[in-house]
Amino acid sequence: MSRLLLRRLLEAIPTLLAVITITFFLLRLAPGGPFADERDLSPQAQAAMEAHYGLDQPLVIQYFRYLGNLARGDLGPSFRYPTRTVNEIIVDHFPVSLELGALGFLVALALGLGAGLLAASFRQRKQDHFIMTMAMVGICLPTFVLGPLLVYVFSLQLGWFNVGGWGHWSDRILPGFVLGSFFAAYVARLTRNGVGESMQMDYYRTALAKGLSKRQALWKHALKPGILPTIAFLGPAAAGLLTGSFVVESVFNIPGLGQQFINAAFGRDFTVVTGLVILYAVLILFFNLAVDFLQALLDPKLRES
Amino acid sequence: MIFLCRLFFFVLTPLLFLTACGPSESRVEEGDRTGFLHVGNGAEPSNLDPQTITGLPEAKIVSTLFEGLVELHPETNEPIPAAAASWEVSEDGLVYQFTLQPEGRWSNGDRVTAEDFVTSYRRKLSPRLGSRYAYMLYPLEGAEAYHRGETDDFSTVGVEAKGDHLLELRLHTPAAFLLDLLTHPSWFPIHPETIRSFGDLDEPNTRWTRAGNMVGNGAFRLASWRPERFVLVEKNEHHWRSGDVSLEGIYFYPINDPTTEEREFRTGRLHITNSVPPDRVSTYRDRDDPAFHSQPSFSTYYYRFNTTRPPLDNPKVRRALKLAIDRDAITSEVVRGGQQPAYSYVPQGDFTDYRPGPFFAYDPEEARKLLAEAGFPDGEGFPTKAILYNTMETHRLVAEAIQDMWAEELGISVTLTNQEWQVYLETQNRLQYDVSRSGWIGDYLDPNTFLDLMVTDGGNNRTGWGNEEYDRLITKANREMDRKRRNEIFAEAEALLLQEAPVAPIYFDRTNYLMAPSVQNYYTTPTGYRPYWRVELVSE
Amino acid sequence: MNPVTEEKSTEVLLPGRNPMAEAWRRFRHNLPAMAGLIFLLVFFLLCLVGPWLSPYGFEQQNRTLGAASPGTMGEFGRHWLGTDRLGRDLLTRLMHGGRLSFLVAVAATMVSLFIGVTYGAIAAWCGGKRDAVMMRIVDLLYALPFTVFLILLMVIFERSLLLLFIAIGAIEWLTMARIVRGQVLVLKARAFVEAARSLGRKSSALILRHVLPNAMGPIIVYTTLTIPNVMLLEAFVSFLGLGVQAPQASLGLLINEGVSAMESAPWLLFFPSAAFALSLLSLNFLGDGLRDAFNPKE
Repeated sequence: MSRLLLRRLLEAIPTLLAVITITFFLLRLAPGGPFADERDLSPQAQAAMEAHYGLDQPLVIQYFRYLGNLARGDLGPSFRYPTRTVNEIIVDHFPVSLELGALGFLVALALGLGAGLLAASFRQRKQDHFIMTMAMVGICLPTFVLGPLLVYVFSLQLGWFNVGGWGHWSDRILPGFVLGSFFAAYVARLTRNGVGESMQMDYYRTALAKGLSKRQALWKHALKPGILPTIAFLGPAAAGLLTGSFVVESVFNIPGLGQQFINAAFGRDFTVVTGLVILYAVLILFFNLAVDFLQALLDPKLRES
Repeated sequence: MIFLCRLFFFVLTPLLFLTACGPSESRVEEGDRTGFLHVGNGAEPSNLDPQTITGLPEAKIVSTLFEGLVELHPETNEPIPAAAASWEVSEDGLVYQFTLQPEGRWSNGDRVTAEDFVTSYRRKLSPRLGSRYAYMLYPLEGAEAYHRGETDDFSTVGVEAKGDHLLELRLHTPAAFLLDLLTHPSWFPIHPETIRSFGDLDEPNTRWTRAGNMVGNGAFRLASWRPERFVLVEKNEHHWRSGDVSLEGIYFYPINDPTTEEREFRTGRLHITNSVPPDRVSTYRDRDDPAFHSQPSFSTYYYRFNTTRPPLDNPKVRRALKLAIDRDAITSEVVRGGQQPAYSYVPQGDFTDYRPGPFFAYDPEEARKLLAEAGFPDGEGFPTKAILYNTMETHRLVAEAIQDMWAEELGISVTLTNQEWQVYLETQNRLQYDVSRSGWIGDYLDPNTFLDLMVTDGGNNRTGWGNEEYDRLITKANREMDRKRRNEIFAEAEALLLQEAPVAPIYFDRTNYLMAPSVQNYYTTPTGYRPYWRVELVSE
Repeated sequence: MNPVTEEKSTEVLLPGRNPMAEAWRRFRHNLPAMAGLIFLLVFFLLCLVGPWLSPYGFEQQNRTLGAASPGTMGEFGRHWLGTDRLGRDLLTRLMHGGRLSFLVAVAATMVSLFIGVTYGAIAAWCGGKRDAVMMRIVDLLYALPFTVFLILLMVIFERSLLLLFIAIGAIEWLTMARIVRGQVLVLKARAFVEAARSLGRKSSALILRHVLPNAMGPIIVYTTLTIPNVMLLEAFVSFLGLGVQAPQASLGLLINEGVSAMESAPWLLFFPSAAFALSLLSLNFLGDGLRDAFNPKE
């Protein structure tokens, strides 16, 4: 197990390096620079700005300088918010996205597992079809439709929540739900199919025959093997939750990292974009690793190999 | 099913609980009670250094934190005292002497001196600072040469402290609009000691603009800056006018989306919005909603033509395109925010005494004739050109409408291209477009802030167009001391500009906003500033 | 070897009854899947011929009739679904948008299908070390923040439909590669492939003729399930303002326009969202139905 872990960590390094390199050069080859503004910048001032940020150096030197700073944990200054550094931006906004993502994750797990197990235990009956259809609808309604609709109903008509922001604790409910519901639908489908399949297996039938109640048999015997596909999905889901927050953050005006990324990409804020891409890549690598780990714990076959 | 029932129970019960004991007082009501104003401010400010900012979201906050020599009277638009108590202008219009407020103080209690102003302008003009608005100081003698790095000697620049509280500005040519110009943040003073304690005087982007570090001379001081959440400014007790300031503080919220902002307002979370979503304006206006306010803004929405690309290098083609746009239809049927159709480049209204009237009218007949004369009868053989705009709904709608009009009236087909702001700007700067949506908000209340844009090789010209006669007229107008004569020369220049048509004005914009009834004495100036120190909150 | 005998050999080596006919029989009895298929066919047909039949062009404006409610009488006929802010017929735009959305979805899925199938089949066929390395690369690519790269690509390069196909396709091929590899590995070991192999056929011919056709079931299923994902991605891109170029419209773009007008003109949100959600729903039901049909477990 620890060997697997070590190998994955070692493999992560070239992946990250590739991500950094691609992002770095992609951005600098693109049209539009960070200093374009409606008000013209005089050539002197332009030169002074470029010198200030080291953009007058050859690209390769800039690249290695960036890597050097990165090794020291310094992601550089932001161009769009010139008095802030990328590190500060991450410190300011990442906790918000993390909280939102965690909430979405909990919603996805709670709703998805609950609905999936329920559907599995009513397999091929009316209840099953009803739940699965609801789950499907959850997948089919884009977040940027569901979000504004909920805001309209719950904030404007009923006045239960604020229309946006991230101050009061109740500001978390709608965004968390919207973000989570999309993935809840996936989790529900995977769980229902996985657990439903293991309920067809001999060991489950044996357990029933031995006199266990349906619920006991489900918990003891069908759940663990049946839930493996769901767990395998959690890695991509966690990553999806983070990037999915792009839309939710903008719908609910939440000061998270997703909005920062979009604005930085649109505003050609090289350092912020590169920094956030690295952060996202690290997070996704981490989640995948965690999922591998979890799978190995639950699945004895995998553990041996 | 039991599960579902439980689920609803667990979700709904807390919700009901929430409604029962939710805050009974809205944010606006709380603000009315405590004297804090909650304002929607558009985008997140990129910086709060008055000498390097360029955007309106920044300027609105900065003008509460700093104060220029003069400000405009909110009703008459006449210059009135601010950091300067009084001023005198020499007969030839070249020398201005300002006597500063005797009780003018920085937010840390230091006195505001004439020397502070001199140091401020030295910083502003230093090329190292990289200020985009350095040209605002060019009327000063020697300022341009200093900014271009032709000399290191700041004593060649026409600004001098004649005493602790006496400041002299010397101009190279008379500038009738100088006092208007002084209301712009570029002319605000900065506190030199504060800046020096965070780096060199002209080092860009140091941390002196952070809350806790910043020292200003405005009616408010920076109390807190939480990116993407709010900027909080609180009353500056050291300000010479603090007795007249009624607000305890202002929260500025960055809310990019006007729809979200309008909803925040409706649910009692904002006193004043930054804008009104275009599709909601008619709703508010039709029902005469007292919350809805609309004021003309000193700004023009126009299309640029790239005059270096055929067939747009032909003035007849440009004029044809200009004449075939039905501006009334655009303002009344497309943007519908009360905008006024533009038949001149300089905004028309009660801004200045420059009112030359319309220079042209909607005339598709004449447009077709001109196009035919240029060699494209009924649009035949006219190459496909593209309209460039930055990604935003209003710009798209206008572009789609104009695309339709040109196809309908002239028989020419154009495509649309939208780009992100930063890319769009660079495409314009490099003259890599055909036709481009543009807008300009006047920096000060004078026709020069618009007409000066289009001089040959002007940094903000971006059309490739140049005309010696036009340049000559602009220079001549700015040397003219007689206002009436000056306006006549400007009108001559503007007529020439619109005849040559490197630009096609579309409409003059308005500032639309929603405001709670408790807000009193709130004004917006046509150039976009708000004297917040006058605002009072009256709760019933 | 002449083609006739080749046909014969396949016939003999194929196990059991025709799996396609079998699957179709099962599929017909799946109500949601059939409903999905019928909705898709109807909507697709509507999108295909509708814009020609409509009295309005998708970009034809009537600005005096901006944001008219559904059923308003227009110049050349009723606006059954109302008009948008420039007075363009929503029904026509919806059908046009449907066309574009399907085009993007199908084209991008084809890109992903092509890359995924080629990659997966080659990896499985080569086997051994090469297979291990190729699949490890897929694993590593899974770890890239793809949505992030999609945004970057769309922001950085000139907007074009082609870029959209390729960018989305390049994201979606990974799972396809895994599925195809799994299938090919199983089939490789089967008797009829072994037999064909022992007859000395070329690998590429073998894969194309014997292996892939038999892996068709899972490939079709996964393709059907990829299309809704691609449509969601396209809508997401449109939401960010990076989608198709105005005055063109895709469903995602129409929805996005509708969201901002949801209070003043709710029909602008309702109809595109409904069309979008129903298409996605149908595609998912269809995909599930196909999976059950090809892979009967119960």
